[in-house]
Amino acid sequence: MDDPYATLGLAKDASADDIRAAYRKLAKQHHPDLNPGDAQAEERFKAISAAHALLSDPEKKAQFDRGEIDASGEPSRAWRSYRDHAEGSAGRRYSRGPSAEGWAADDLGDLFGSMFGGGRSADGEIKLRGRDEFYSLSVAFLDAVNGATRRLTLPDGKTLDLKIPAGMEDGQTLRLKGEGGPGWNGGPSGDALVQLTVEPHPYFTREGDDIRLELPVTLKEAVLGGPVEAPTPGGRVRVRVPAGSDSGTELRLRGRGIPARQGRPAGDLYAVLRVRIGKPDPELEAFLRDWTPEHGTNPRETMEARS
Amino acid sequence: MIGIDDLVTRFPALRQADVERWMAHSWVRPHVTAAGSLAFHEIDVARIQLILELRDDMEIGEDALPVVLSLLDQLFDARRRMRELDDALQRVAPAEVRRALADHLARIASGRS
Repeated sequence: MDDPYATLGLAKDASADDIRAAYRKLAKQHHPDLNPGDAQAEERFKAISAAHALLSDPEKKAQFDRGEIDASGEPSRAWRSYRDHAEGSAGRRYSRGPSAEGWAADDLGDLFGSMFGGGRSADGEIKLRGRDEFYSLSVAFLDAVNGATRRLTLPDGKTLDLKIPAGMEDGQTLRLKGEGGPGWNGGPSGDALVQLTVEPHPYFTREGDDIRLELPVTLKEAVLGGPVEAPTPGGRVRVRVPAGSDSGTELRLRGRGIPARQGRPAGDLYAVLRVRIGKPDPELEAFLRDWTPEHGTNPRETMEARS
Repeated sequence: MIGIDDLVTRFPALRQADVERWMAHSWVRPHVTAAGSLAFHEIDVARIQLILELRDDMEIGEDALPVVLSLLDQLFDARRRMRELDDALQRVAPAEVRRALADHLARIASGRS
């Protein structure tokens, strides 16, 4: 056996009160009946008990301190774990719950029901809720924005009409009450949980409740301005491009983003203009060759100044 | 199985009044023999030792003891039932069912449901 002072975490000059206090503190921590299934706690507790038995006896403590006996002579107390009895069949006598009578033939649901709160019906039979089942579903960008109904075929052949509300985001989950696994013994069914993956769109991208769109315009539309048609998730709309627009100019289309839902106002659509020069045009080339800009500026000026 | 006199002799810190009070609280429930005397079985003796340790070594006052005992009884109850269930599975369930069960539990433990 190790040094009993060290076992209790004490110095050699510890008083009787120190010894008692140290033992109490460690016993609370390591008592095997409070740590069922933990073999280390049991070993530790035996060592603590033996150390305490030696040090709490003034005569033995004095002998040990003078080196007349060593700690190994200390018989560990005949200690019977209450746990060993309580976890055996005799323990039913001190049982608190419905298990006091042992198992009935149809008892499995009862055990888990009473442990985890399954409902108990009037005739005393346990009903358990079915398990939740998980699915994942890819939806097109516009279906997620505008909402849609999709038919789902489940592994068991059952079909489900899944209503996707407008404005669903990538990764969100829809819960279908009662469409999961069947309940046990008349209990309610579990839920089906469908996680959505939103597919990317060729020209719309989503930013929160707003949508961004890269809108190509001709040189003439950019310089002279005028109405153009732009796609939005709700259909095509006419947009007025201001005269003198440039690549990168943002046009805000209020309320044309994610539709309004549950108290949230509709988002906006930002159309970002991209000037397309198009195929070579001899007339345009001839014009530009002879053209002297009125405000001749170098668009790379700031870049050159820094390099 | 011992009587109350032997019990009190076995634990120096225990007085007969303690045992009678604990019985009145239903913390200890020994059998009563046909002749009307008390019979403490192994489990009752071990339980009394545990109550003594809780009270004297861990300084859990008797007013807090019912809470601790109730929680311990529920803990041992659940562990006994789990043990019985485990025994029953070992005896009754085919090997592939036990394996499937173990796989499923391992998945739950690793958070992959």
